[in-house]
Amino acid sequence: MTLGFTTIYWRDMIRFVRFKTLLVSSLLQPALWLAFFGIAMSSSFDTLMAGMPVPPGAHSVGYLTFMGAGIIAMTTLFTSLFGGIVILFDKNWGLMREILASPMNRNHIIFGIGLSGVTKSFIQAVIIMVFGILIGAAFFAGFSPVEIIVGVAGVLAFVGMFALGFLFLSAAIAISMESPEGLQGVTTLLTMPIFFASNALYPIDAFPEILKILSVYNPMTLLITGIRYFVIGPDFIALGKHYQYTQSDILTSYLGLMLFTAFMFGLAWWRFKKAVVT
Amino acid sequence: MPETQHNHREIIINVENLEHSYGNFKAVDGISFSVKKGEIFSFLGPNGAGKSTAINILITLLAKQKGDATVAGYDVTKDPQKVRESIGIVFQDITLDRDMTVWEILEFHGRLYNMPPEQRRKRIEELLDLVELGAKRNERTKNLSGGMKRRLEIARGLMTRPKVLFLDEPTIGLDPQTRMRMWDYIKGVNNEGTTIFLTTHYMDEADQLSDRISIIDQGKIVISGTSWELKNTLGRDLIYLETNDNNAAIRLLQDLPSVRDVKPKRKGFVLMVNEDGTKVLPVVIDVLRNAGIETLTINLKKPSMDDVFVFYTGKELRDEPSGKIPMRPGGR
Repeated sequence: MTLGFTTIYWRDMIRFVRFKTLLVSSLLQPALWLAFFGIAMSSSFDTLMAGMPVPPGAHSVGYLTFMGAGIIAMTTLFTSLFGGIVILFDKNWGLMREILASPMNRNHIIFGIGLSGVTKSFIQAVIIMVFGILIGAAFFAGFSPVEIIVGVAGVLAFVGMFALGFLFLSAAIAISMESPEGLQGVTTLLTMPIFFASNALYPIDAFPEILKILSVYNPMTLLITGIRYFVIGPDFIALGKHYQYTQSDILTSYLGLMLFTAFMFGLAWWRFKKAVVT
Repeated sequence: MPETQHNHREIIINVENLEHSYGNFKAVDGISFSVKKGEIFSFLGPNGAGKSTAINILITLLAKQKGDATVAGYDVTKDPQKVRESIGIVFQDITLDRDMTVWEILEFHGRLYNMPPEQRRKRIEELLDLVELGAKRNERTKNLSGGMKRRLEIARGLMTRPKVLFLDEPTIGLDPQTRMRMWDYIKGVNNEGTTIFLTTHYMDEADQLSDRISIIDQGKIVISGTSWELKNTLGRDLIYLETNDNNAAIRLLQDLPSVRDVKPKRKGFVLMVNEDGTKVLPVVIDVLRNAGIETLTINLKKPSMDDVFVFYTGKELRDEPSGKIPMRPGGR
């Protein structure tokens, strides 16, 4: 029974590949964000910032590079929060009964859905990194080949952990909900504060105190910190702010994400244990 | 099949004093029954009678509240995993992923039950042959006809060679020919030793297939037995009459020694008689004529399962679903 989650994973990936529109749109969407929002915003911001002094020796990055990391995070957030919807459809179409009446441990449903969601997020993250570089984001600029490999691995490690956490949350919501509209409502409600109360598009230092506290502990901020560290480096200036990350900052962020994900797994496990689908 | 043949067989499903409530509503109100190994057992009842609730408890989708239930020797509450490993299920409504192929549906099921790959693949081929879907193996299920979908679901239910196969309304919405072919499959599966637990709305289906039948109404089992025994409880024959004074006619006829019971109907009434109806009929006509009651319509027939169902549940068969498969089960 230990590999039951691979069965759920297998089926979800069949669906992912088979629904061509879903596949194409999920791959295109992050690229479009980066292309339109990224280029539009960076041309304005970079003009504004052009006159600002850069301390000697500091490495300054353009807005596109800065927010590119945010777009990776945003895409991961959206994809993961909606990743549980397959559970809701399965439930409403009666397919979940086959699974729940089988001897497979229910945790494997959670893990299977988590794993397929993480796969999708990995694909998207790689697409954004490649596409970002193509349109001029300075990802991995000045990195050696080994540093690039470490950088990509680091990004995927952060993206994977974060995606897993939100997929568990999504699964927990989906198994508790009756309608896709309800799930859509709740996830939309969640994305707004998670996305904007983070350092995805701007620094959080100028936030009012309460918002700042929320932002610091926001898993989204933890993820973006990790991504920036791995794609830009530990020391850079963006939007006139000097960012310096130490290795322990990054480790702390990752531990924070692990804690969040563990907590979300607990939530999903509890909801699935209670779930009655007849 | 005669009852005695089954008496020696071991019991594979045993239910005692099972109760289940939704809030204040008792969906299942203390039912007891048992199913013997190798038989086809039918569970009949009108919508909302408690059939689905009982079946959901037996297949471990619904937690048991009160009473005892064992399947294949395992308690549904203490050993749900073991129960799940021992049973196959064909759900009331179609539960096939529209975008998976026939082969993938069976492969997925085999993997869910942790079957080793070789056994799984071999079994898929055997079952595709059995339900004659080999040519459709790479077809997505949304492109299958209703009958093919049901056959695929039956094949899926058999993937793990279950000891008990639960069939919840297996022929709902199918045309008469497809239904009869489905019966052949079900009988074939049963002949190979699988115990069948069937629920159905179709009385002819229960009559054709079952070794034994229990009828449930308002959460209670109202009668159990072979279809022959059930029909016999209504008497040997049924005489339907319409007269110009039904009440007077009933008063006169209910005291005849051959009349077991009288059941009023909308326009007339039915006499259940213990003796050969063709012999009773002239007597009935004489009695009515002597009393000056005019007979308008007369009909003689053998009791059918329809009659049994209507008699014991008091419900006409017309308040059934039209055959359109609902998205979620309506009756719990």
